[in-house]
Amino acid sequence: MLTIATGNKAVAAAVKAAKPAVVAAYPITPQTEVVEQIAEYVTAGEMDARYIPVESEHSAMTACIGASITGVRSFTATSSHGLLYMHEMLHWAAGARLPIVMANINRSLGPGWNVWAEHTDAFSQRDTGWLQFFVGDVQEAYDTTLMAFRIAENNDILLPVMVNLDGFVLSHIMQSLETVEPGDYIPPMRLPHRIDPENPAGYGAMTGPNDHFRFRWEIERAMRNSPAVIRDAEEEFFRQFGRKYGPTEEYRCEDAEVLIVALGTLGKEAEVAVDILRDAGIKAGSMRIRWFRPFPDLDIGGRDLVVLDRGYSFGYGGVLSSEIRSKYPGASIYSVVAGLGGQEVTYDDIAGFVRDRRMGEEFWFGVDA
Amino acid sequence: MYEIRIHSRGGQGGVTAARLIAMAAFLDKKHATAAPFYGAERRGAPVVSFVRIDDHTIKIYSQIRSPDLVIVLDASIMDAVDVLQGMKPGGRVLINSPHPVDLPGVEVMTIDLTGIALSVDLVVAGSPILNTPVLGAIAKMGLITHESALTAIRDMFTDERNVKAAEAAYEELTL
Amino acid sequence: MAEIPEDEYLLKCTTACAGCSAALALRYVLKAAGPDTVLVVPACCTSVLQGIYPNTAFAVPVYNIAFAAAAACASGMSEAFASEGKKTNVIVFAGDGGTVDIGIQALSGALERGTNFLYICYDNEAYGNTGMQRSGATPIGARTTTTPGGKTDTKKDIDRIIAAHNIPYQATASAAHPKDLFEKVKTALATPGPSFIHILVPCPPGWRIPSDMPVTVGKMAVKTGMWVLWERKYGELTINGPSRAVMKKRLPLKEYLSLQGRFKGITEKQVNELEQQLGKNLAMLAKEEAGEC
Repeated sequence: MLTIATGNKAVAAAVKAAKPAVVAAYPITPQTEVVEQIAEYVTAGEMDARYIPVESEHSAMTACIGASITGVRSFTATSSHGLLYMHEMLHWAAGARLPIVMANINRSLGPGWNVWAEHTDAFSQRDTGWLQFFVGDVQEAYDTTLMAFRIAENNDILLPVMVNLDGFVLSHIMQSLETVEPGDYIPPMRLPHRIDPENPAGYGAMTGPNDHFRFRWEIERAMRNSPAVIRDAEEEFFRQFGRKYGPTEEYRCEDAEVLIVALGTLGKEAEVAVDILRDAGIKAGSMRIRWFRPFPDLDIGGRDLVVLDRGYSFGYGGVLSSEIRSKYPGASIYSVVAGLGGQEVTYDDIAGFVRDRRMGEEFWFGVDA
Repeated sequence: MYEIRIHSRGGQGGVTAARLIAMAAFLDKKHATAAPFYGAERRGAPVVSFVRIDDHTIKIYSQIRSPDLVIVLDASIMDAVDVLQGMKPGGRVLINSPHPVDLPGVEVMTIDLTGIALSVDLVVAGSPILNTPVLGAIAKMGLITHESALTAIRDMFTDERNVKAAEAAYEELTL
Repeated sequence: MAEIPEDEYLLKCTTACAGCSAALALRYVLKAAGPDTVLVVPACCTSVLQGIYPNTAFAVPVYNIAFAAAAACASGMSEAFASEGKKTNVIVFAGDGGTVDIGIQALSGALERGTNFLYICYDNEAYGNTGMQRSGATPIGARTTTTPGGKTDTKKDIDRIIAAHNIPYQATASAAHPKDLFEKVKTALATPGPSFIHILVPCPPGWRIPSDMPVTVGKMAVKTGMWVLWERKYGELTINGPSRAVMKKRLPLKEYLSLQGRFKGITEKQVNELEQQLGKNLAMLAKEEAGEC
């Protein structure tokens, strides 16, 4: 069905279509609309799920863990401080190999209070063992949330998945949305290690170094399996619903000499910048990264990269540019730190970054001249 | 691309107006986005919302800096905010006001949305509702069709007074 | 009174300390609960006494969860089982630190939401697993590794905090009174909605008592009125078993304190404070049972 929706409502609609048994959630700006909408679906009987209005995000993630280990599908959504308050349990969910799906509406961290878009919240959960996707528009938020359940629950993966949307910029914008009936696109969840009183087992008891080490390796092995599983989920999505996704979204990259690399909505705005630059005779392209964990292979082929970073590792560098530099040590990168705390970044600004690029350097938009 | 910037006060329905316009444009088979700019402001503070309408996919998320149309739901805002900032040459301004308003260098239209809302008793919690009547005016300007304006309103609200007010605004606006 | 079944769900291979009365209590909890039960355990002595992976000393599934998280985990499990029409008992078995300190937020939330589960706090009055540091449940005068001069603050009254949530069933129990404990677990599991049982579990290394003494010390806690056995069903309080007699005549508190090395060095003033608190608690319980408050 074709309709028009905000990013938040698109996520809620996808969750409804995925039919989780348990949703546990706590409000936080700018995520709240997701769980309000789900609460409304449940109250109206449009969704046959148990909605647990927990007293904190730590408990939201924990309740999802408790539900998931019994073998049922669970979902939660959060932002910013909420995500960080879950931090301990994010490691737990991945370590326990639970296919929980979560929407994270990217927002900065205090102090001072700032409710607008920034990727620091998600970046700070980089090493928890969650798969992470960043989406660029309302439709993609919906589609990726659906795909997330299929990917997480695949028995070669069994890891939780986080779908990231830029706070307000995407969570609150209204765009067209085509909803689908997922049907067997998301097969019934079959958790091989689910709790079963008829077959009692211990979960997470004291574990020695050898076993612990093996379990960590199993997480990494699943991560290494995940690109094939994600690609399969994307291809099957295209086959059934006609929309194509991949590890990156590339725009006019074929003959480009300089690539704008970004996550989320900045990567969409970058496409407008590319058109402007092309009109001015600059061979630019946009490479918007959709998978953050697992981090994808990139076809950068010796071209200049202008990397837009909406998050920073203090004392080191822009997070996305650092990731690319560590994967491709020879890459020629101009690292632009922009859009923190909802800073306005326009297509003209992005075109300017490309025109004025100083390869190998770092530029703080609005701070550096 | 046609770009609309809506100035209102928090609680007056500027965000909903933007969403209704986008919805109507969408029903007209156009591409449309509606984006509120959320500040820390609360009820009564000046706020802006943005609508973009185009024949192609809209990839822009940044705020509208050169609007084709500025809508002012509360004329008193003009004392505090430069509503004409960045206006496109030839751009128009639609102001909710019972009296003609003169602004230099732009085409100004006025319509008494508050009066229309009151005339059909479209009042919620003591405040006249402006976001549905304004849709009638936008339809009259030809940015969205009359039919889609009404469908968009009915999609979001069950109270038929909203439709009545939009119809009244459609009749009342002179171009 | 129901017969206590011979079935064992806590097997003989636990890695508990000798004389551990938390293990003793758990043995009766599981006998009462039976096999269709999932145990949720936050960081506490029970994280250790269940054995080391891949072994487990429990014949029911046990889910270990982070320290602050037990009640929220049970919340998710309880709703998930309900969504599938399963009647599986969900029981949290948490220590005092995991209950009155770090776990209190999740516990309060789960109780307020009416979660269908049983939360058991087994109270050895300190962080036992990490080597006896003071917790909010440590009484005045008790020496722990972080109160080497004896604790100067009062034990947190978790039972009255729980009572403020108006849950359907709440009780105290003691590892030294297993039949009473067994009955209370049965009642709790038969009552829909949240239940809470607070069990006193004397700890040989922590309380500095010989490993054959926990039952004696636990009984003495009741005889002196330091620990009172009661239950509250839908707001109606009943004082149970040996505690009924204690309401009229109790042994001097010193007979309880002197059995334990942790109270060596307690001051007279602190003993008086404990006496006063104890007396006040008994008076409040008596009034409540009589319907006077």
